[in-house]
Amino acid sequence: MDIPYIVETRPDTGLANGKLGIWLFLASEVMLFGALFSTYIILRVGAPEWPHGELSVLLGAINTVLLISSSVTMVMAWASLKMKDFGKHRLYLILTVLLAAVFLVNKYFEYAEHYAKHELPSHSTFFAIYFTLTGLHGLHILGGIIVMVYFLGPGAKMWKTNADQFTNRIEYTGLYWHFVDLVWIFLFPVLYLL
Amino acid sequence: MDNVTTHGSVAHGHAHAAHHELGFWRKYVFSVDHKVIGIQYAVTGLLFLLFGFTLMMIMRWQMAYPGRPIPLIGAWLGQDRAPMGVMLPEFYNQLGAMHGTIMVFLGVVPLAVGGFGNFVMPLQIGAPDMAFPKLNMMSYWVYFLGGVTMLASFFPTGGAAQSGWTSYPPLAVIAPGQTMWLVGMIFLITSSLLGSVNFIVTIVQLRAKGLTWMRLPFFVWAQLVTAFLLLLAFPPLEAAGVLQLMDRVGGSSFFMPSGLVVSGKPLMISGNGNPLLWQHLFWFLAHPEVYVLILPAFGIISEIIANNTRKPLWGYKTLVYSVVFLGFMSFIVWAHHMFMTGMGTTMSAFFQTTTMIISIPSVIVLTSLLLSLWGASIRFNPPMLFALAFLPMFAIGGLTGLPLGLAPSDIHLHDTYYVIGHFHYVVAPGTIFALFGGVYYWFPKATGKKMNEMLGYLHFWGSFICINLVFMPMFIQGLGGMNRRMYDGGAQYAHNAGLLKWNLVIGFAAWSLGLFQLPFIYNFFNSIKWGKAVDKNPWEATTLEWSAPSPPGHGNFLTEPVVYRGPYEYSVPGAARDFSPQFEA
Repeated sequence: MDIPYIVETRPDTGLANGKLGIWLFLASEVMLFGALFSTYIILRVGAPEWPHGELSVLLGAINTVLLISSSVTMVMAWASLKMKDFGKHRLYLILTVLLAAVFLVNKYFEYAEHYAKHELPSHSTFFAIYFTLTGLHGLHILGGIIVMVYFLGPGAKMWKTNADQFTNRIEYTGLYWHFVDLVWIFLFPVLYLL
Repeated sequence: MDNVTTHGSVAHGHAHAAHHELGFWRKYVFSVDHKVIGIQYAVTGLLFLLFGFTLMMIMRWQMAYPGRPIPLIGAWLGQDRAPMGVMLPEFYNQLGAMHGTIMVFLGVVPLAVGGFGNFVMPLQIGAPDMAFPKLNMMSYWVYFLGGVTMLASFFPTGGAAQSGWTSYPPLAVIAPGQTMWLVGMIFLITSSLLGSVNFIVTIVQLRAKGLTWMRLPFFVWAQLVTAFLLLLAFPPLEAAGVLQLMDRVGGSSFFMPSGLVVSGKPLMISGNGNPLLWQHLFWFLAHPEVYVLILPAFGIISEIIANNTRKPLWGYKTLVYSVVFLGFMSFIVWAHHMFMTGMGTTMSAFFQTTTMIISIPSVIVLTSLLLSLWGASIRFNPPMLFALAFLPMFAIGGLTGLPLGLAPSDIHLHDTYYVIGHFHYVVAPGTIFALFGGVYYWFPKATGKKMNEMLGYLHFWGSFICINLVFMPMFIQGLGGMNRRMYDGGAQYAHNAGLLKWNLVIGFAAWSLGLFQLPFIYNFFNSIKWGKAVDKNPWEATTLEWSAPSPPGHGNFLTEPVVYRGPYEYSVPGAARDFSPQFEA
């Protein structure tokens, strides 16, 4: 017996295994970042003073635009597969990876500047939570890049052998990627603006 | 690893069903088969339980005979742990912290969820394997890595973590050994997360034809709720672990308040952190974790009781609704562990109320199982004895928890041995007895052999008597006010004068309890080869796992299973036999 519902959906649940799996994984991610955001709130409410204007709003805003654009290209990468256009899919997926990489480069410049000014996690609870939240988010971006590069490289062979499953895999990657973007959309106002 | 050799003999029967012959490493070590992974989890979990218990037997020597050299192994512990064989307070603290961590995260949960869940659940729902077999293998190996990290943490200078299994800051941030504990925990949490996603998807997606939700064996329901608890409660602890790691390695002050002074020197940190925050994040996991420990036990017990009473479970649907409600409520009771922290009376009032509410479904479960015994002609075999012992033991554990759930009585009892007695009654003669029952019950399915019953009775009665002698005196000590963290039992306090003698009783009971595990260990390994060979349904049970060959081959079932009825149709009036299996039309 082979494992059923890898590609086709189970009639009574309307789901394929992978889709349920990725949503459950995202639920646990919500709890992970939820706990960190709660930490932020508790530290900020309890702090005698909270710094303002320590971060570059411009760089943060550019990064927000980059990530939102990458979400759009990610959807296009999946939609192209649905329309059986593999060439376009690759183009959009490469664009997504590039946008994500530029995001990380930007982040590197931000980190380097804080490092030069000795604004490290030991400096204050503000920088501690800033580095923890953005660092963990950055790791999620890096994870997403690794997965996408895999689907550009060896993972792409599946398009030839099992196009439907490949399309599903890109969809699940996309769901994860949108979640990572969503986290940033909370992080930007919370850390840079408020 | 010992488990490799175990599988070597366990899985001889696999060969006939395998599509293609896998090499040794892929078949028994890096296997993606849920049954092999389940056995790997179970054997590793049992070994960790033995190791964690050994740490406790060493601690019990220090409690019974404070300051006397430890016999047998004392000389080998080393100068920085036990000079001349006499235990140092720091080493006592390490043993305490690691006993808790190992028993909970490396012993009971891997055995109950990773072991039984992995092995039994897919068989009970008629699935060929878990939904994500490679992920399943990965969660075992990440768990293994976490275990190795925890074990290795004893060896560097300063030793293992010594701030209790709860790792409260600021102590945990400044004490040695904690960094490796945190890294180990992050591995263990990751492993649990991967596992829980796999469990939920498997139960939702891979149920056999005809297996509707209300036909699921109760064990599967218990595993489903457990998986949700692991999925949603563990990430906040992962977050907390990352934050504490930042505090230790990155020099941040998430959990460090301003103005701390250590050994007369002010700490050079930025401060403004919140030590209570750790406790909230920790208990947000660790209270649901209590239910992660107990729910699979409920599941195992229900299977064994229905099978050996030859009756349907009393109130199956009530049981199901109760565990679902229990799972939900377990997320909003966590701060009843924190009445002593000064978090405020409003908070205490809220969490007292939710705590009283959560006791209701637990009592319903226990009552249903108790009523299931009514009027039955019970088969007293080893699994059933463990299941029957579970009921009063869990009841004692649960009822002694009520005074702890109410702030006024908790303030008197909180830091005493009463608390140790309370939760050990839930977890040791409660959950661990259920797990032993499960080993005896499903052993024939995993190996095709039955464990020896005589040795089973010896194991049961010895353990049952000794374990009560270990934990019952703790209530006396605790009510007398004996503090639970003193490495010599608190000999300097006058109120302990009449209580310390119980430490001798507890010590001898604990070491005897260790001896009574020997028949089990012998029985376990001996029966793999020399046990009595049995057919695929030796207990005449009704659930799907008993329709597969013993041991089940690759892909589990010879024909695709179809389910025709509910899980516990025993003694159906008019039926030819006293059991009507789910898989027979």
